[in-house]
Amino acid sequence: MIAGVLTPTRLAVTLLGLLALLLAAVLLGVVSGPSGIDLTQVYGALVGDGDAVATDIVLRIRLPRVALAAVVGASLAVAGVLFQALLRNPLADPFILGISGGAALGGILVLAFGSAVGLAQSAVPFAAFAGAILATALLFGITGFGGRVSTAGLLLTGVVFNAFASAAIVFIASLAGLAEGAGIFLWLIGNLSAGELRIAGWVGVFLAAGLACAFPLARGLNLLALGDEQASQLGVEVERHKRILLLATSLMVGAAVAVSGLVGFVGLIIPHLLRLLFGPDHRLLVPASALTGAAFLVVCDTVARTVLPGRELPVGAITALVGGPLFLFLLRRHHRTVYADR
Amino acid sequence: MSALEFQSVSVAAGGRAILSGIDLVVEPGEVMGLVGRNGAGKTTLLRAASGVLSPDSGRVLVAGEPVAELSRRDLAQRVAVVPQDTSVPFAFRAFELVLMGRSPHLGTLGFESPEDLARAQDALDDVGIPHLAERSVLSLSGGERQLVVVARALAQDSPLLLLDEATAFLDLQHRAHVLDLARLHARQEGRAALVVSHDLTLAARTCDRLALLVDGGVLACGPPRDVLTPERVEQAFGLPVHVIDGPDGAPIVVPSASAPQV
Repeated sequence: MIAGVLTPTRLAVTLLGLLALLLAAVLLGVVSGPSGIDLTQVYGALVGDGDAVATDIVLRIRLPRVALAAVVGASLAVAGVLFQALLRNPLADPFILGISGGAALGGILVLAFGSAVGLAQSAVPFAAFAGAILATALLFGITGFGGRVSTAGLLLTGVVFNAFASAAIVFIASLAGLAEGAGIFLWLIGNLSAGELRIAGWVGVFLAAGLACAFPLARGLNLLALGDEQASQLGVEVERHKRILLLATSLMVGAAVAVSGLVGFVGLIIPHLLRLLFGPDHRLLVPASALTGAAFLVVCDTVARTVLPGRELPVGAITALVGGPLFLFLLRRHHRTVYADR
Repeated sequence: MSALEFQSVSVAAGGRAILSGIDLVVEPGEVMGLVGRNGAGKTTLLRAASGVLSPDSGRVLVAGEPVAELSRRDLAQRVAVVPQDTSVPFAFRAFELVLMGRSPHLGTLGFESPEDLARAQDALDDVGIPHLAERSVLSLSGGERQLVVVARALAQDSPLLLLDEATAFLDLQHRAHVLDLARLHARQEGRAALVVSHDLTLAARTCDRLALLVDGGVLACGPPRDVLTPERVEQAFGLPVHVIDGPDGAPIVVPSASAPQV
């Protein structure tokens, strides 16, 4: 038997392992915080016979927050994997590409002017979704829908998108008087202070829809990574696959950004790590990214909540502090492997 | 029934005709060579045969069925392609890349069966690169990667094999070996191969017939020694040549000594 070939057993074992990792991260997130909660109190809260204060903290504060981190992390990581396969470039990420920026712009428009035109706050995720779709369409319109997209082209487009989106967000927020306080600033950095179970549930619905679109196409993603023409010659309905996958990424990025703002680099870090560990087969990579991305953002948010006593950092600051240097390292290595033999 | 048939196929791009009214038939059991200078339309013809390009007029039939009416999957079960560009952005192992040739035979969520794994291993053995199986495709040389993609096309098990300059980066031994594999493939029941090559001598040695393309049309088609006359080669390539009878009967084409130096 050839080592490294993905079998259903290997897939199941790996995913179970990563699920255990996610559970460990969730437990860590629930017990960490200003008021000391231990595992017996968590157990008590879950089965309903713990003391009232601890139960309240676990169920109303910690778990909703951890759940939100998990679904946002999963959404961003899966969106990253999908973009990387679609663009045939391992450095793609919804934040770096400016898709998150587009989603944030859509969301802020409704936040600022929604009530004036009769739109409720619950329309924010849908507006962010629309923003993500528009940004994606623009990205593919500029870089071309087919073929391999150059790293330089991607990065330039993304930088410009992000700069434009950030400026527009600040402008709109000022116009609408939203700029007072740290709200907009937190949103631009990315934070999870909107930790409510209901909100996490909403993001979870978008995530599930995105995964339901993406997972059946996971084997096709392996072929799409070879380029449109080869994928087609190996039996993939390329245009249909791409449309579904772009819909899936926009759903996930839109929902994640609507509730957490611009949390960067999750979609870059997680797929890279998983490819190093398990290889590039998307049948494993897609579900594994969901689980690992969730665990990663739960841990990052736990650090963000606890690293400074009495204060809370935005989680986007933590992911960017980890992801920024890693991205530069990968870019350097990518340059060497891709251009070395040309 | 022919293995592949082009019926007055025309393709234009940017106001320029790339193929104009091509009629060409590849019979079962045959290796057809496609030769001509850069830009003569060879790759466009192969792309029309694999369905990634629809002709502006005319039609292409694979084993009697119009390419335009087959699904991608059905077409991939009938036509396997070795393209010019074989770059891969992720670190798939060579074996995984070969295994992708089994895709058109799998269900949507399907994992490869032991038979699929065996077929991929056989293809690696046939091409003579079992030692590359575990290597990351990113670490392979251009020639090695080309051999892996040839193995993938063999693993695809499609009756019609299309090679688009699949030997461009290969050394002489591997070049001859890949063309021999195309021959072996075509000799099996109901199969055929269409091979684009810039090596006229090797094409003449391998192919049953050659089609010489000039400016999007077929200048000549037939047995290599009939097609490769000095006059036609000079007309097609713009270079005076000598055509010598080789020891095994196949013509050898070399630029004549008076060829203009570029």
